[in-house]
Amino acid sequence: MAQTREQIEQMVNQWLKYVEELMKNEGLPIVPEEKTGDPLWVDVREMRLKYLIPVKRIKKFFDGLCEGKIYATRCPVKGIYYFPPQADCPACMDENLEWVEVKGEGEILTFTKINVKPLSFVHYPDYIVAIARMSEGFNVLCWLSTDKPDEVKPGMKVKLVVKRREPEGFFSYYLEPA
Amino acid sequence: MVNAAIVGVGHTKFGRATDKQLQELAWEAIKEALQDAGITQRDVQFVAVGNTGRWSSDPLPAVVISEYSDLCPAGSIRVEAACASGSAAVRAAYQTVASGQADIALAVGVEKMSESTNLQVVEMIGRAGNFFWEFEQFGLTFPGYYAMYATAYLHRYGAKEEDLAAIAVKNHYYADLNPHAHFHKRITIDDVMKSRYVAWPLKLFDCSPQTDGAAAVVIASEKIARKLTDTPVWIRTQAVATGTSNLSKRSNFLSLDSAVKAAEEAYKRAGVERDKAYKYFDVAEVHDCFTIAEILAYEDLGFVERGQGYALAREGETYKGGRIPVNLDGGLKAKGHPIGATGVSMAAELTKQLRQQNPPERQADIKRGWAIAHNIGGTGHYAYITIYTLDKPPTG
Repeated sequence: MAQTREQIEQMVNQWLKYVEELMKNEGLPIVPEEKTGDPLWVDVREMRLKYLIPVKRIKKFFDGLCEGKIYATRCPVKGIYYFPPQADCPACMDENLEWVEVKGEGEILTFTKINVKPLSFVHYPDYIVAIARMSEGFNVLCWLSTDKPDEVKPGMKVKLVVKRREPEGFFSYYLEPA
Repeated sequence: MVNAAIVGVGHTKFGRATDKQLQELAWEAIKEALQDAGITQRDVQFVAVGNTGRWSSDPLPAVVISEYSDLCPAGSIRVEAACASGSAAVRAAYQTVASGQADIALAVGVEKMSESTNLQVVEMIGRAGNFFWEFEQFGLTFPGYYAMYATAYLHRYGAKEEDLAAIAVKNHYYADLNPHAHFHKRITIDDVMKSRYVAWPLKLFDCSPQTDGAAAVVIASEKIARKLTDTPVWIRTQAVATGTSNLSKRSNFLSLDSAVKAAEEAYKRAGVERDKAYKYFDVAEVHDCFTIAEILAYEDLGFVERGQGYALAREGETYKGGRIPVNLDGGLKAKGHPIGATGVSMAAELTKQLRQQNPPERQADIKRGWAIAHNIGGTGHYAYITIYTLDKPPTG
């Protein structure tokens, strides 16, 4: 089985080329299914999906990441924290939330290690996703980076830090052993 | 409210249907349900289709299925509640009848997952939670979400991966007796333990497969149901609840709050005492997309005290003849989990259980005539609890 994204893309391209040849020779894009031999029409159209997601109202969060800071929003009336940060307070029916820097101290509630990855994540080594309860009372879900994955368990003390996600290079937040 | 009952059921073989299109698969189940009810398409006044889609090519499945099955011009709707889409279809059909707007409605659940590759499906299901905050950056997968519940549960109660495996063993056992099931292979604890990790601590054999399949049920008002059959299976009540999209917004990972809430509501309406719930039902269908999910279901439905669910299957209590038989059709785990079809499949299975139409090895003893379906969408994102009974609901 192909491991890297490049290998997968290469496999897909090879296969598409085969379908293209077949279509030219036989006049139809119909291939036998691998296991059953059932005839399958290979979609001639292809749709590429890349969403454009507005972040205007929570831009401060991303500006913060670039400065190495992690922000939550908080309702100034009821003291409710929102993380992930949101711009509206449904409890007050208001949008007067304040930005507060997260202290970054927490404790693991639970975690997993993703072995079978989504197609768009196959280029990363197996990653640990953890949920931690922060000292302010809200939870954070993100990757946990550690040199000692065998020592990770619920109750473990962690800190929240900003790092770049490689190989893409965008700023993200990670849990690390405290 | 008008009383409403299931009067006809249809169910395809679950598996990889590389020989059929979505509408061909749906029609197979619809035809059987219409014939079972003794009606024709002209009697159907409303059609609800549970289909999550995206991995399959048609974005308007209700219309495509209606045309192919000669159900036009009856009104239709496609509903989405992730893995509970089937129960949402049952809800739409049931409420249309219960509100008096139709005498006969059809609920169809169908999914064609094999139209996309395995890895693409992993990607699309992983996005079904909170796309921006939990998938886009952190690449969660569906097994990954439930694995976090498994980690918390095993840690809190000292249960072992072998206890999770006992669920898979039970459900493969019953699937082997069900001709409609995806898998016909009995397995051992050892088989599960030797399978590779998908999302630690969940292994391949802890997970339900990617499956194609369809199921359909005909729902009729009391007046019509009485004319069509001697054994209508009444929808006693259905309760629903919603959980947070971000898993990080949950207070604990030992129980699905939405399932607890929906069960509480359903029990209140039907007069079921939660701590004795298992005594009220002859059989249950619960949402075992992963082995841990069935254990959570035992506890969320009140079949057993908190922290003790992991021992039930191991001790045979959820096999036929036990405290409460669960998933005698093989469950999602081994019957297969064609996302939108699952809830309708549960309705069809419980109807057959209450009518005592299953082969004896997987037919529950029907004493009280009550059954419960627990259908969860996503990771407790949607919860649909439906109670089916042989005795007519008191009000109507």
